[in-house]
Amino acid sequence: MEVAVHTLTKHFGPVRANDGLTVRFAEGQIHGVLGENGAGKSTLMKLISGYLRPDGGTLTLGGRAVTLQNPGDALKAGVGMVHQEPLDLPAFSALENLLCAAPRWALPTMAEARNTLRLLAGRLGFTVEPDALVAEMTVGQRQQLEIIRLLACGARVLILDEPTTGITAAQARALFTALRKLAAEGNTVLFVSHKLDEVADLCDTVSVLRAGRLVGEQMALPQPQARLLELMFGAGMGGWGSEAEGLARENGALRESAGGQPGAQAAWRLERVTARERNLTLRDLSLTIPAGRIVGLAGLDGSGQQILLRLLAGRARPEAGRVIVRGTDLTGAPSRAFRSAGVEYLPADRLAEGMVGPLSLADHFALLQAGALVDRGAAERAARAAIEGYGIKATPVTPMSALSGGNQQRAMLALVPERCGGLVCEHPTRGLDVASARAIWRRLLQRRAEGCAVVFASADLDELLEYSDEVLVFFAGQVSPPLARASLSTGRLAELIGGVGFDGAAQRG
Amino acid sequence: MNQVITLLAAVLAGAAPLVIASMGATLSERAGVVNLSLDGTILLGAMAGFGVALSTGNLALGFGMAALVGALVALVLAYLSLTLGQSQTAVGFVLALLCTELSSFLGAPFVRVSGPAVPFAPIPLLAEIPLLGPLLFRHDAVIYASMLLVPLSWWFLFRTRAGLTIRALGERPQAAYARGVPVVPLRYLATIAGGALVGLAGAAYSLDLKQGWSYRHTFGAGWIALAIVIFGGWRPWRVALGCYLFAALEILALRSQSALPGAPTQVFQVAPFALMIVVLALVNLAGSPALARRIAALPPPLREPLRRLVARIAAPPPAALGQPFERP
Repeated sequence: MEVAVHTLTKHFGPVRANDGLTVRFAEGQIHGVLGENGAGKSTLMKLISGYLRPDGGTLTLGGRAVTLQNPGDALKAGVGMVHQEPLDLPAFSALENLLCAAPRWALPTMAEARNTLRLLAGRLGFTVEPDALVAEMTVGQRQQLEIIRLLACGARVLILDEPTTGITAAQARALFTALRKLAAEGNTVLFVSHKLDEVADLCDTVSVLRAGRLVGEQMALPQPQARLLELMFGAGMGGWGSEAEGLARENGALRESAGGQPGAQAAWRLERVTARERNLTLRDLSLTIPAGRIVGLAGLDGSGQQILLRLLAGRARPEAGRVIVRGTDLTGAPSRAFRSAGVEYLPADRLAEGMVGPLSLADHFALLQAGALVDRGAAERAARAAIEGYGIKATPVTPMSALSGGNQQRAMLALVPERCGGLVCEHPTRGLDVASARAIWRRLLQRRAEGCAVVFASADLDELLEYSDEVLVFFAGQVSPPLARASLSTGRLAELIGGVGFDGAAQRG
Repeated sequence: MNQVITLLAAVLAGAAPLVIASMGATLSERAGVVNLSLDGTILLGAMAGFGVALSTGNLALGFGMAALVGALVALVLAYLSLTLGQSQTAVGFVLALLCTELSSFLGAPFVRVSGPAVPFAPIPLLAEIPLLGPLLFRHDAVIYASMLLVPLSWWFLFRTRAGLTIRALGERPQAAYARGVPVVPLRYLATIAGGALVGLAGAAYSLDLKQGWSYRHTFGAGWIALAIVIFGGWRPWRVALGCYLFAALEILALRSQSALPGAPTQVFQVAPFALMIVVLALVNLAGSPALARRIAALPPPLREPLRRLVARIAAPPPAALGQPFERP
């Protein structure tokens, strides 16, 4: 079914999230929709899937103009959307999720639903157990379940919003294979992403959004990367290529300036540590992380990086072994003790663990103050300085939850005290666009130059290779010895993450 | 043996209004709406039901009136919280106080007047079965209804599509909305139906198990029903078990009064509530992360069975309980 929108417009307050968009997505193809964070991709998709209602413009499905009151209307018309965070019911089983509010004609009985689930999963190469609780499934499986549900309910247009965030490489491959199959069967797939290589790999055409407007329409792939980047971020950046080179030079300079000061005390030392989280165990891990060094943790989600990060930040207690932070044995100490020893933790889920959503930046600085009374003036001065210094787009009194992801991350970084010996970052640039990510890394490199050790986990191989001095690869709870950046290539790192030659690497070290 | 059966039968009978009220609360809370007005609604339902039955001489009209009153209170709560976006807790609490006072004020003419009552109705043949007969089949219509309501609620919530949709509203209304479910209208429906049941529970007191009307006739029943729903983990069978447990405690307290003549009577009135709090605390302990950590530190042969046991006991609330939903 062909999807077309004409002068589609949607405002949120004064912000024009979609500003008169006109575009046509042909049937039986995979259409990439690119754009940086906040470009209006998600809004457009939510309008097409009836989740939001437009302020102006029209939507045509298969040549017929439609007005969608809600997502139910859209699904009846054959349009289904998998949201970035799948909108499913964690407390229900997969089967119950499939059945919930599904039209009777699609899934008349429980047995029929079970059958459909198995059939569609088999056909698409998905692994979803009918009786598994959604809360215990991975994001990738939840996505697969949503796709199955939408297809079972009659969707012929499938919208996926940033589907590869938070899923494993294997799941992404399975997803791409399934999407190609669906398109070949005549379905229309809209694939929203800000990852260029994925779009280039999967899609037939690509459209680019910037600031709520369409700047590149239905371009046939392949397209040169530089051109797409220019469309995404605007020509005003004076050519992305030279910017990137400039950044690399800058990073290089920063890197040379520090480089593991000899004689300095190690930021962390782990001695034969064993730690467990759910069904994963890190066993007998001994490790030294010197000051002024950046250590990247690579591996599929849930291979053990999380456990190490939490150990280093004092958020998890080892079952055996010792954790020594800057010369002090803090084994089993509360995370408070780790903080007073100069270790700071930047969690991936910023609003859940990192900050208090309704409080402002000034409030957060006030929280850091000692003493019984709040010095509002000092807090606001500190917030103003942070906004200035870190380029945060906010006022001292804007609630944190109102900031974009990049600004939240910068704010968290700004809240880290000047004198800090170790920074533990979990996916520091996840969900951020290139410019924001770069700004974050400039800060992290600066910290490193000041002698701070940085440990970060990332799923982005380029990020790992670009910024780490050393990389630790995790594979199903096994940890490689520290691998020098120079000894690694993207291909080699990808192999190790997938477990290829992992034992060899482990033995060599 | 006969004595035990008599005692158990008294528990089944005594818990009937609580069962009806807590099934109503379970229904609306499963849809994500907390109706804190329960205690006031039961009082108002008891008063209105008794008043109407007394003046018309028609029991059915009395029960109908009680259900209507309960539904109306729930409608007010739903309008204020779901449509006007006010806090369910605050609105519910104020409604509880309002209904309590209203029942005292409007019910003044009926205080200590004797009125109609639901007749005893043993079921022919079934009542003659040894043991089971006196336990289950020698009651009246209200008690039978309360016993049927439990499997019915379970079947509705866990075995029908409508029940699945209702539960989705309480777990994640955004997901229900994305599936095309009209979230707010259905929440209204569940709240009002739940409220009607709570109103009926009031009439079950005043026309059956605590016949007549007096100042604050059923005071406390609604609050305990709310607590029992938590104890029962929003699952009808367990909620019913909680009701029967509480009724048993009440009867036990009453019986032990004669055994301990020295103790003040207030002790026996309060004891069931205190014991219920202890039970509630113990049950909710099962769901606490602290306990999960302790268990995780145990040696493996102990860990798995304990973890499974605790997972069975723990009963998490509907994830979106009390949360407002706004159309995106």
